[in-house]
Amino acid sequence: MELAVDSCLLAGRLMIESGAETYRVEDTMSRMAIAQGLIGTQSFVTPTGIMFSLGKDGSTRLMTIRERITDLEKIALVNQVSRKLANAELTIEESYEELQRIASAHLLFPIWMQFIAAAIASGSFLILFDGYWQDVPAGVLAGGIGFLVVTYIHDLTRVKFFAEFVAALSVGIVGFLAVILHLGIDLNTIIIGGVMPLVPGLLITNAVRDMMAGHFVSGVSKGAEAFLTAFAIGAGIAFILSFSGGLF
Amino acid sequence: MVWLIQAVFSFIAAAAFGVIFNAPRKMIIHCGYVGMFGWLLYFLFESNWTDTAQASFVGAFVVALLAHILAKRFRVPMIVFSVSGIIPLVPGGSAYNAMRNVVENNFNEAIFFATRAFMTSGAIAMGLVFAEVMMQLVFRFLRRKRIQEIVE
Repeated sequence: MELAVDSCLLAGRLMIESGAETYRVEDTMSRMAIAQGLIGTQSFVTPTGIMFSLGKDGSTRLMTIRERITDLEKIALVNQVSRKLANAELTIEESYEELQRIASAHLLFPIWMQFIAAAIASGSFLILFDGYWQDVPAGVLAGGIGFLVVTYIHDLTRVKFFAEFVAALSVGIVGFLAVILHLGIDLNTIIIGGVMPLVPGLLITNAVRDMMAGHFVSGVSKGAEAFLTAFAIGAGIAFILSFSGGLF
Repeated sequence: MVWLIQAVFSFIAAAAFGVIFNAPRKMIIHCGYVGMFGWLLYFLFESNWTDTAQASFVGAFVVALLAHILAKRFRVPMIVFSVSGIIPLVPGGSAYNAMRNVVENNFNEAIFFATRAFMTSGAIAMGLVFAEVMMQLVFRFLRRKRIQEIVE
């Protein structure tokens, strides 16, 4: 029984940390509990902590969440484990082991690959947003550098807001330099393309879907996180624009 | 030609976001398709008939529908497909223009763009939720039909 509770909590933690929707986390936890014959469990999931209770006579456990990243593969893997557990393809011991393996595994793509992906995405967005073809190299560079900066500063300082601000600032600087040096034409589209990898897309979608599912605590807090990110990006860009405003 | 360029680059952009968000490796191509279809519909509506908000609604709706269908088919959470598909629709341009006009003290313009960014994000949210509700109704209907067939 302890093992079942541990597995539920671990699965919930992994999903929240990887960026899953709150209602899906609760759903997964209750499915796993029911598969173990635990009836009447209650869970309360927020982006910063999970409470899980076995009901009237059982114990209640709490787990705090400190770090949240976006790792869709982990969500998919945990989902698979819970599905297998519910179909009795795995025993609870096996699934707990499997979950622990997922927890300690490092599944993210290597950083250089993410860097290339961010750079390519920025270049593509530049074209999608009606930019000039001559601006593509500048956009690619700006997007890639922005992504690298946000990753490294976040590792260094652990302050998300600051990392995003500096990243947006560096996107702006790269764009600005490109235009000054006549390597680019339109500062606006370069910056818009360059900040796309920083945009809190997952947070926005999740915030809305949590709200619609009635999870107002999660919805509002994810919305706040998304707003803070958007504000950081905006502030960084505004900083650059207010100095370059006279030139363009 | 314009369509081909839009299709190719939206595919690349969405797939690249699949890599950044660490989607399961086999699903990255599908992330690209979802993003491409969403963007192409957005582009079709935006360049021919409607404003960005309505076009974003249509795009988000299609993204969420496709995400649901693929999620059922491959048995992975739908979030894998919806997140990278939604990214091209995010109103980055409007938000940027709002910011720029604030910095340049053009507050009327800034409010115009900020409102548009806000409306567009609202439209994306509505598109996602509508698709979700619709899929739930469809699946419920299908399940009931299947149960009826078994009973008979």
